[in-house]
This record gives sequence, C-alpha cells and structure tokens, in this order.
Amino acid sequence: MNTTSYSQAPVQDRGGPAQPLLVVRNLKKYFAVRGQPLEKSKKFVHAVDGVSFSVPKGKTLGIVGESGCGKSTTARLIARLMAADSGNMVFDGEGVDEFGGIRLKEFRRSLQMVFQDSFASLNPRLTIAETIAYGPRVHGMPAAEAMRQAHALLARVGLEPAQFASRYPHELSGGQRQRVNIARALAFDPRLVILDEAVAALDKSVQAQVLNLLQELKAERQLTYLFISHDLHVVHYISDYVMVMYLGQVVETGPVERIYGQAAHPYTRALLSAVPSMDPDNRTQASPLAGDPPNPINPPSGCRFHDRCPHAHPVCAAKAPLLIGLPGEPAHQAACHLNDPTSGHPAALTEVQP
Amino acid sequence: MSASLELSLRAAAVAAPAPSRSYWLVVWRQLRHDPMALAAGLVLLIIIGAAVFAPWLAPADPYKASMIKRLLPIGSPCFLLGTDELGRDMLSRLMHGGRLSLLMGVVPVLAAFGIGTAIGLFAGYVGGKVNMVIMRVLDVFYAFPSVLLAVAISGALGPGMSNSLLALTLVFVPQVVRVAESVTTQVRQLDYIEAARMSGAGAFSIIRVHVLGNVLGPVFVYATGLLSVSMILASGLSFLGLGVKPPEPEWGLMLNTLRSAIYVNPWIAALPGALIFVTSIAFNLLADSVRSAMDIRR
Repeated sequence: MNTTSYSQAPVQDRGGPAQPLLVVRNLKKYFAVRGQPLEKSKKFVHAVDGVSFSVPKGKTLGIVGESGCGKSTTARLIARLMAADSGNMVFDGEGVDEFGGIRLKEFRRSLQMVFQDSFASLNPRLTIAETIAYGPRVHGMPAAEAMRQAHALLARVGLEPAQFASRYPHELSGGQRQRVNIARALAFDPRLVILDEAVAALDKSVQAQVLNLLQELKAERQLTYLFISHDLHVVHYISDYVMVMYLGQVVETGPVERIYGQAAHPYTRALLSAVPSMDPDNRTQASPLAGDPPNPINPPSGCRFHDRCPHAHPVCAAKAPLLIGLPGEPAHQAACHLNDPTSGHPAALTEVQP
Repeated sequence: MSASLELSLRAAAVAAPAPSRSYWLVVWRQLRHDPMALAAGLVLLIIIGAAVFAPWLAPADPYKASMIKRLLPIGSPCFLLGTDELGRDMLSRLMHGGRLSLLMGVVPVLAAFGIGTAIGLFAGYVGGKVNMVIMRVLDVFYAFPSVLLAVAISGALGPGMSNSLLALTLVFVPQVVRVAESVTTQVRQLDYIEAARMSGAGAFSIIRVHVLGNVLGPVFVYATGLLSVSMILASGLSFLGLGVKPPEPEWGLMLNTLRSAIYVNPWIAALPGALIFVTSIAFNLLADSVRSAMDIRR
C-alpha cells in the first residue's frame, strides 16, 4: 500500500543496513507501591531495571520470561505509553525525543503495537474499517482515502473487505480480530512493530496462521519485530534473536539457535527444560527450578537469580554479573559469573567451552 | 493458504452481504423487535402527546371552577374523569398538568446529563489527584438523600418553578458524574485507548471518538432511569409547596390539593398519582429496553 500521497510520508531508512533499528540503553522503570498511610519510606517494584538491547533491522527479537519479569513494561516503555524513569533509545541512529534526534511524534508513527487482548484493543463502537482508518485520519488523511486504505489492508491481512469492513469487533473470532489489530498497526507503514503476546490468546491452529501472516508481512514490508511472548515454541519459530528476562533484567541474549541450543545462563537452561517434551520416554522428571520468582520489591542482592540457581556461590550474592559476550561469540551475551573468568566464581569457565 | 481457508469457511457461514451498520440503526432494529419497549414507548407517546397538545385536545378549561360540580365521580356526563375539589374538569387538568410535570421530569435530567457527563469524562480521563478532588467534593452532595437535598436546595432558593428545576439539576449532577467517571476510568485503561495513543491522536480526539462513544451508553441509560425519579421529586416539591404554585395544574400539586378529598372520592384523588406511577414505570421499562439494545455485543 502506498501512503505517500498524504501529507506525512513514512519515515525512511536513514542509518543504513548495519545500523540497528532500535537501540535501548539502560531502561529503568520503578513503580511506587502504595504502603501504609503513615509509612514514610516508599517501596518500589523494580519492574524494569537497567535493560539494554538492540534490534537489528529487518529481524525479529523475541523477548521471553516468566510473568512479571518486565516484558510488557519494557514494551510499553519503548512505545512511550509510559514514561521511563531513566534510559534512552536510539531509533535508526537518531536519539528518540532528544535534541537533534527524531521527534516523538515521528517516532510513534514509525512504531506500532499489537496487544494481547484482541477484543479490548478494538473499540466496540467502531466498525473494523473505521478502527483501521482512525489513525491515518488523525494524521490528516482524507476520510475516503483512509477508508480505501483500510479496505486494502483488510484484504492484505486476509479479511475480505466486502464481508468484514462494516462489522463490529464482537462479530469476529479471536484470530480475525487479531488480524484487524495487525492491519491497524500497518496503517502507518511502521518500521518497528511490537507484538506484545499477540498470539498468546489464540488457539494453536489460528496462532500458526497469524504467525505465518506476520512472517509474510515482515518480508513484504521490511518490518522489524519485537516479539514478546512466554511461549518458547512460538519465539523459537519466529525470532532471529532472543532475549531472556528475569526480574526486570536481561539475563541472556543472542541468536535464536545459540539460545535454544547452547544456553549459557542457568535460568535460560531451566526455562528451556521446563518445556514439555513430545517424547514420552524423555519426560521431565524433576522440576528444573524450585520456588517462585522473588518479590520484585526487594530483589535479591548481586545476581537476582542466585537464590534459585543450582550453581550459586557466595560471589553471586555479593556482586551482580554483567551482561557480557561469550568467548568466541560476542553476539551471544549472558549475565552470569559462570561465563566470566574474572568473576571469582570457582566453577567459572576459564577457556572457550564447546 | 490457511488464511483463505478460514475466510472461505466464514464466507460460507454468512453468505448475505452486511447491510448498513450504523450503530444507532442497529440499536433501533433491536428496539423495534422488543414488545416491552414498544408498549412503554406507546404509553409515553400518548401521555406526552396529550400534554403537548393539551390546549387543543382538552375538553374544558382547566381553571374553570364550579362550586356545584365539586368532586363528581369518574364517568360523569361532560366530565369523563370527574372533577376536583373546586369542580374543575380532572381530564383537562391532568392533560395540562402533564406539561409541567413532564417538563420538570425531563429538563433537570437533560441538564444533569450534559453537565455530569462533561465533568465525569474530565475527571475520569485525567485521573489522579484532579479526579480525587472532583469526586470527593461531589461525594458531599451524594451523601445526602436526593429528596432531602432537593427540598433543602429548593427551600433555600425559595419556591418557584425555575428554582425547583435548578434544585433537581443539582441533585442529579453528582449521580451522573459518578456513573460517567467510573465508566470513563474503566474505558481509559483498555487497550484500544492505548492503541489510539500509539497512533499519535490527541487527548481530545481520543475522548471524542473512543471514550465518549463508550461512556455515553451507560450514562444515557442511567439518566433515562432518573427521568422517573425527577418527575416524582418534582411532584414532591410541588406537593410541599416548593415547586409550582396553585392554581397551576401539576400532578404533584394536584395530589396535594386532592388529599383532603381522599375520603370523599378516593378514585379522583388517586388519579394524578396513578399518572405519575404509569409515566415513571414507562420511562423505566423503556430505559431497560434501551440498555439491552445498546449493548450490541450479543
């Protein structure tokens, strides 16, 4: 679809192919917890605590982690639906909302989001064509043209416009509604699409269809995805890079096959071994991890995973590991003392491991 | 492709092309097939019609008294519904009385609907401390029973129709604000508001397109329910001598003046009350039907 005919053309590539589309540095968000009325000291949930990563152009970064690890908060911070306490972002080589950088309005248009709840993310009082046309109309596209574009987008996501354009959200199935949400996100010709658990609420067969649609659209429109999910299979399927989060921090990040094949962080390994095996002879016998994630109000000292980690050592409680590249594979980074020869952990690797 | 399979299945299920789907058209179609709504609407239409066209339809002068023809029973020749304690034609007085009674039922609710929705939307959308201040101030009003508040304000402002209209409006505003605020707060957190913010829309556009449409329904229904309350309160004010003054015909006032005749001719004395009752029931039933028709997700 060509939307160049309306006043604000989509943002074009500026940084070149090697420049990551989005670089996030040290993103932080603490939520104040309402304590007792007379309590002076405020408590904070460390929802996102110093998250840094980058998303290469045209690739998909999958973010995985347990519920409450800060995945969705990270997404909302990036989308600026919520103000971050600190941290900055660089979008295609330009600082977001910084002097001399990309303006917030322009950034917003280059980035769209698809939410988990396909029903709550559609206004029940608007027909789906109206919903898709709303955004472009806000930006000054004439009504007729916005409508025409909405119909074309509906056709592209596999919903026959003549049939579906004038329907209300409650008249569609979950998969169809999620297609509408995708169409709405595409109405701006965005460059980055954040998919926040976008297929989690769909059943398996519909999930596969929507994932395939996402893959097609990505190739067709040179999109970059930030794919947030707790479903390890889906992330494995769709991602080029994977980032694992635990209690508001990144514990491991790297190319998808490295993470799924040679996970370097004990938490990632535990997470992956929790996936049920299809082979009955290979069933998981012992639970890979004991206990619940610690309270994010008072996260453990040092490495946040140390109180559940099978390899914990006093050094883990004393100092926090840095997210560093693995020897011989700098793109694969893990925040674990085991991978840092200088950490002082007795079991830390001293040379490149196979 | 799997997508086209889902599509063709869907196409087979609904072969007919979708008719025009404007929201209010859908609501109207629902209402048209609801016998309760039609009956209540018909009753209201008759009552409102009789009141509006009273000067042309009424068989007699509602002010013309006669000492001889006092308290004639229902069905007397020339006086279809009898006469009141001053010998005035009841039917004519009821028809004329409807004008004031309905006016005092509708105007305060309309005013409160407009003012209350605006305040509620603002408080709900802005949230935080602003919301708290607005809502706590209105809670002070809300703490009083409606009748007491209406009587107090009306009494403070002095008797008269415009004052009682003002008093009733003030009674209803906090209630409407409460409903509007709570629905707005609910709607504001939904993902479609976030999606609209993602598209770079301003607060005003979001409120107009996404919030208002979804808040108006519940508030409208609540306000329709207030119509009967307003009528009853207005009648109550008139009954207490705070609203309309005699000899002006008004249902509540008529109820008051006929009170003395209740042992002589109870049927006549009950007539204005019966009309108030029927009208408010009709308003309530219609409001109920509109509520279910407006909920199009079924």
